[in-house]
Amino acid sequence: MDVLMLSRLQFAMATMFHFIFVPLTLGLSVLVAIMETMYVRTGKDIYLRMTKFWGKLFVINFVLGIVTGITLEFQFGTNWSRYSEYVGDIFGSLLAIEATVAFFMESTFLAAWIFGWKKLSPKMHAACIWIVAIASNISAIWIILANGWMQNPVGYVIRNGRAELDSFFEVITNPFAWGQFFHNGFAAFMVASFFIMGVSAYHLLRKNEVEFFTKSFKMGLITAFIFSIAVAAQGHHHAQTVAKMQPEKLAAMESLWDTAEDGAPMYLLAIPDEKNERNSVEFLGLPGALSFLAFNSFDAPVKGLKEWPKEDRPPVTATFISFRVMVGLGTLFPLLCIWGWRNRNKLTENKLYLRIMLYAIPLPYIAIWAGWAVAEMGRQPWIVYGMMKTSDAVSPIATSQVAFSFIALTSLYTLLGACELYLLARFARRGPEPTKP
Amino acid sequence: MLETIWFLLWGLLWAIYFMLDGYDLGLGSMMPFLAKNEKDRKAIFKAIGPFWDGNEVWLITAGGVTFAAFPKAYAVMFSGLYTALMLLLISLIIRGVAYEFRGLVESEWARNLWDKAMVVGSFLPGLLLGVAFANIFMGIPIDENGVFQGNLFTLLNPYGLGGGILFVLLFAQHGCLWLAVRTTGELNERAGNLATIIWPVLVAVYVAFLALTGVYTKLLSNFLAHPVLLLILLVPIFAIVKVRTLITARKWWKAWACSAVLIVSTTMFGVIGLFPALLPSSINPAYSITIHNAASSQLTLKIMLTVALIMVPIVIGYQFWMHKVFATKITDEDLGY
Repeated sequence: MDVLMLSRLQFAMATMFHFIFVPLTLGLSVLVAIMETMYVRTGKDIYLRMTKFWGKLFVINFVLGIVTGITLEFQFGTNWSRYSEYVGDIFGSLLAIEATVAFFMESTFLAAWIFGWKKLSPKMHAACIWIVAIASNISAIWIILANGWMQNPVGYVIRNGRAELDSFFEVITNPFAWGQFFHNGFAAFMVASFFIMGVSAYHLLRKNEVEFFTKSFKMGLITAFIFSIAVAAQGHHHAQTVAKMQPEKLAAMESLWDTAEDGAPMYLLAIPDEKNERNSVEFLGLPGALSFLAFNSFDAPVKGLKEWPKEDRPPVTATFISFRVMVGLGTLFPLLCIWGWRNRNKLTENKLYLRIMLYAIPLPYIAIWAGWAVAEMGRQPWIVYGMMKTSDAVSPIATSQVAFSFIALTSLYTLLGACELYLLARFARRGPEPTKP
Repeated sequence: MLETIWFLLWGLLWAIYFMLDGYDLGLGSMMPFLAKNEKDRKAIFKAIGPFWDGNEVWLITAGGVTFAAFPKAYAVMFSGLYTALMLLLISLIIRGVAYEFRGLVESEWARNLWDKAMVVGSFLPGLLLGVAFANIFMGIPIDENGVFQGNLFTLLNPYGLGGGILFVLLFAQHGCLWLAVRTTGELNERAGNLATIIWPVLVAVYVAFLALTGVYTKLLSNFLAHPVLLLILLVPIFAIVKVRTLITARKWWKAWACSAVLIVSTTMFGVIGLFPALLPSSINPAYSITIHNAASSQLTLKIMLTVALIMVPIVIGYQFWMHKVFATKITDEDLGY
């Protein structure tokens, strides 16, 4: 293995691990803020207990997101120094703005929220969690603007042997980036709402704190219902943007090898065969379906992978499977919500549904991971689409250094992940603190 | 002009980071000498708990600003110091997690484990940052392509190690004073005593490091060219002396503030000496990374400056509020006794 491969593995590992914690933070912060606002407005004890219980799980989750985030910023310099030097004028400033505008607020006010139960007035305390929720989501905007620029570089000129900023406005209004931001943001609410429903289902199955967890479950259910539809609709819209701006990614997502001049079909089942540039199995084709989904017309031409030289194509099988996993799960989520909606007034009676929802906790995580896999693997071999190849971006450093850091970080993350899972499960199972007399 | 402003801001952001994370890292690394029992350890965690995260963001900002304002410096510095930075990262991850997990675990062995993780994770960053910055002051072997010709052991030279020890001591004293600010009674006593013990060692190392700086680095040449700049050196000298008298007077907030001034002025002394280089090359001065060959475009520097001038004062404002509200004396009730 060379520096390039190790650096890619390390980046993928560190990002995916970081991204276990981020979506739950984004979604749950808003939901906990709503719970606390209900408490401040009604003064009802149940909302205070909900805030404390879900807030505790939120905090346990938050910390690992914070500490693993630093790795990502550092890695651009340590492992991708050629990239950093070439695009830092634009990409670096987005990261720096993220830290100054959002991350400070998020970290400072979360600490104020955790430690401020006695020191701050109830209103001020609730304001703190709102600031955390808003800052977390602002943080996501800047990070995704940076990623969106790698997907669809805009507002730059090549000058002095590097990409230099030409229009800041174009960079921050990049339509590709905003598509990603909303898709990711909606998906984060899916993660958070399924988390709440899953943990609540665990307790409802045991008839523990029925009122508390029915209320929580319903809050999760309403959120999931709204966002399962929003994420699918917005996802469709974003895929059309991809079709226009990154046609080879679309071809890889669908494993379309030959250009279809008058309408491309979509296969319900296909198995890509990259070596022979074809699909070894194609089953149940819907004629013109891909053209329609991508371009709103059944006979729109869709470019196939063979249009690009082999070295410029993304890894087809991985992109194709990731896309199927995301779309498959995205279809399942609204169905689970509808089922839940029909049972909303007799939740404790439908044990099968509750059991399914308990085991469904990981599903939105898998969907959001798969979505990012499509975005990132589907962009290969480019690190900045059409501008710089990943292989030209890597640092001129010794393989042994990267091997060491990859092994060290992977072992550390495995250990921390295990501790985290154990603690989350323990505090989730324990349930809320009893009402104070 | 913009490059020069950003160079000074770059230095200042690192200095603020050292000043803020310095006290929690320093206190964390001194815990074994300060805590006699579980209650003491709880108090130390409580003294740092609300602040470490907000303080650490200054590192992310300092790193981010290096990236945004001087991309080439960021690229060469971070890839060149690869292993040292990875160790720094791992230490910071461990200590951050320790703050969270320690309060959640219930068995004694698990608490002990996280205590140890916190101590090691607090000690190493001070050492590594000191080694890294001393090497930056001295220059590292980078060739004409900005490729670092060395490894971790290249950095562990006498001057680099001297910088590491200096940072550990600066942070340790800073941390002891923070604990003194936040506690009363026996723990306060112990924190003050430890600061008193650290002080003469710190002075000796400080003077020795300054002498070595004259030998190993070119930092002093800027000052000799403009002797008026040497007046800057009066700030840390004044601060270091004042810290001692304020400890005797048991004026903890003031002593801590003086220690903060000491850290900031020491860093800025080095940064001004470095100007206009961000990363001197020890192979050939022509290969050095400077504000002239590493800065971002004027447009980026302008936009970043606008953001910084608006946001940094706001950040300082709410972090000041945070310290004001939460850095009160820790009581038995706070600790659940």
